[in-house]
Amino acid sequence: MTFRFDKLGIVIAVVVAYAAFAAPFATFRANRIVPGQARSILESLPSALGALLLAIVIVGGIIALLKTPLVLRLAASVIALAALAILIGTAGGFLTPAGNTFARVSPASGFWLLIFAFTLLLADVLTRLNLSPSARVGALVVAALAVGALLVSGSWDSLSILKEYASRADSFWAEGSKHVTLALGSLAAAVVVGLPLGILCHRVEPLRAGVLNVLNIIQTIPSIALFGLLIAPLGWVAAHVPGAAGFGIRGIGTAPAFVALFLYSLLPVVANTVVGLAGVPRAANDAARGMGMTDRQRLFDVEFPLAFPVILTGIRIVLVQNIGLATIAALIGGGGFGVFVFQGVGQTAMDLVLLGAVPTVALAFAAAIILDAVIEMTSTKRRAQPA
Amino acid sequence: MKAWLPALLRLALLVLLVAFIASPGWFEPLLRPLTENGAPAIYNQGSLLTLTLLHLRTVLVATVAATIVAVALAILVTRPAGAEFLPLSRSLVNIGQSFPPVAVLALAVPAVGFGEKPTLIALFLYGLLPIFENALTALTTLPGNVMEAARGAGMTGWQRLVKVELPLSAPVILGGIRLSVVIGLATATIGSTVAAKTLGEVIIAGLISNNLAFVLQGGLIVAALAVLIYDGLSAIERYAARRMGRETA
Repeated sequence: MTFRFDKLGIVIAVVVAYAAFAAPFATFRANRIVPGQARSILESLPSALGALLLAIVIVGGIIALLKTPLVLRLAASVIALAALAILIGTAGGFLTPAGNTFARVSPASGFWLLIFAFTLLLADVLTRLNLSPSARVGALVVAALAVGALLVSGSWDSLSILKEYASRADSFWAEGSKHVTLALGSLAAAVVVGLPLGILCHRVEPLRAGVLNVLNIIQTIPSIALFGLLIAPLGWVAAHVPGAAGFGIRGIGTAPAFVALFLYSLLPVVANTVVGLAGVPRAANDAARGMGMTDRQRLFDVEFPLAFPVILTGIRIVLVQNIGLATIAALIGGGGFGVFVFQGVGQTAMDLVLLGAVPTVALAFAAAIILDAVIEMTSTKRRAQPA
Repeated sequence: MKAWLPALLRLALLVLLVAFIASPGWFEPLLRPLTENGAPAIYNQGSLLTLTLLHLRTVLVATVAATIVAVALAILVTRPAGAEFLPLSRSLVNIGQSFPPVAVLALAVPAVGFGEKPTLIALFLYGLLPIFENALTALTTLPGNVMEAARGAGMTGWQRLVKVELPLSAPVILGGIRLSVVIGLATATIGSTVAAKTLGEVIIAGLISNNLAFVLQGGLIVAALAVLIYDGLSAIERYAARRMGRETA
C-alpha cells in the first residue's frame, strides 16, 4: 500500500509540528501587565491530558498530511479543535496557583497556530463538501452554540481574557449592544435613504455620475477624521434646534458616529441599487410594459425582485464594514467594543484589546456567512424559477 | 465634452495640496475660525510635510509587499501544481475580508509591539485581499483562444505566464492595487492610535484637544491624497487596458 501526500496537508502538518513542539502553548504572567513566561503543552497540562492532546494533534496532522477520505478529515479537524478549546481552559486552571487572583494565563502562539492549522483543514473540507447555504448557516449555529456552551460552563474562566470580562461584565454587554445598534441602525438608515436614491439615480441619468462621485469622495475621508468633523455640526444642531438635544443628538457620543457610519454606508447601497437595476434584462421590462404595467408596478414587481441579489450584496458589504468601523466610534465617546480595544492599547493590556477585538471579528464573520448564504439563496431561487 | 474640466479640477486640488503641505501658514486665516480659546490653527507638534511623507511611505511599503505576495499566490494557485489550493484560497479570501482593519491592527500589537510595525502588518494583510482577488479573477478569465494560440506557438509555461498571462491581467491586477492603496491610506490614519507616525497623529491630536482645525486639516490631506492617487492609478490602468486591447469594467 502506498501513501500519497495531500499538498495542503503538507502545509498543515508543518504548522502542527512547529506549533506542538517548538512554540509555547500558553503564557503565564504573575500579573496583568508584566511580560509572560512561555509554557509548552506538557508543562501546561496534567501529564495524562498533555499526552492526550499531543496524541490528538499528531494524529490529526498525519490525517491531514496523507490523502484521506473527507469524513475522516472532517472528524480529525473537529476533534482537534474541540480538544484544543476544552484543554486551553484546563491549562488555565492548572497553571494558576491556587487562590492567586493576580496571575494571568493566556493562550500563546502555539495554541493559536494549532487552531489556525485545524481551522484551515476544516475550511478545506467544508469547501470541498460544497455545502448548501442553509447547511453553512447550520454549521455556524453549531459552532456558536459550542463556544457559548464552553463560555457558560465556566471552563474558560481561568483564562485572562475572561478575567478581563469578569471585571467589566456589565459594561461589556452595554458596549456590545451599543456596537450592534450603531452598525445595524446606520445600515437601516442607509437602506431607507439609499434605495430611493439609487432608484432615482437609475431613472434620472444626469443625476447618476454626480451622486456617485460625491459618495465616492466621502469614502476617501479617513473614518477618524469624519467622526471628528461631525462633532461640530451636530453640536450646533443640539444647541440651536429645539428638541434635538432631548432626542439624543449631541456633539460627541453616539450621534456623530451614527451619522458617519450612515454616510459611509450610502455608497455601497446606492451603487449596488443602480448596478442591480441596470442589470435587469431589457426583455423583462419590455414584456412588463407590453402587459400594461404602470411604472410603479414595474418597479416593485419586475425590476426590484430581479435586482434584489445585487442590492443584497451591497448590504452585506455595508454590514461587515460597519461592524468594523463602529470600533472607531469609541475614539469620540460613541461607545461600542472599540472602548475595550483603545483602553487596552492605552494600558498595554493586550487581554483587554482581545476582549474588544474578538467579539468584533466574530460578529463581522457571522454577518458575512449569514448574508452570503441569504444572497446565494435568493439568486439561485430566481434562476430556478421559470422566466 | 468639456473633457478638460475634471483634469483642471484635479490639477487645482494637487496645487492646493502641495501648497498646504509645504507652507501651511498661508492657510492659517481660513482655519482660524474653527479654533477656540486661541488654540493653534495649524498642527504644531511636527511638520505636516514629514508626516505626509511618512504616511505615504507606510502605505507604499505595505502595498508593494502585499502586491508581491498576492500576485505570487494567485499565480501559484492557477498553475496545475497548485490547482488543489484554488477553492480553499477563494474561501479564505472571503473570510479574510470580514476582518475589520481596526481589529487586525489591535491584534498585531501584542505580537510586534507599538509603532510602525503593527500598522504595516495591518495594511499588508488588508491590502492582500483585493489584489489577490483581482489577480485571481484576471488569471482565471483569460480568453481561451489566446491561451490556445500561445500554446500552439510552442511557448513554455513560463513564457506563457510572463509574455501572455501577466500582461493581459495587468489592468485588472492594477484595479486591485488601486483599491488596496485607497483602503490603506485611510487605514494608516488609525495606525496613529498605536503610535505610528502618520497623518492620523494630526487628527487624533485634534480629537484629544478638541481642536477642529487639526481634525479638518488631517482629514482633508488624506482625502485629497486618496482622490489624487485613485485618479492617477485609474489613468495608468486605462493606459494598460488600452495597450492590452481590453476594456476595463
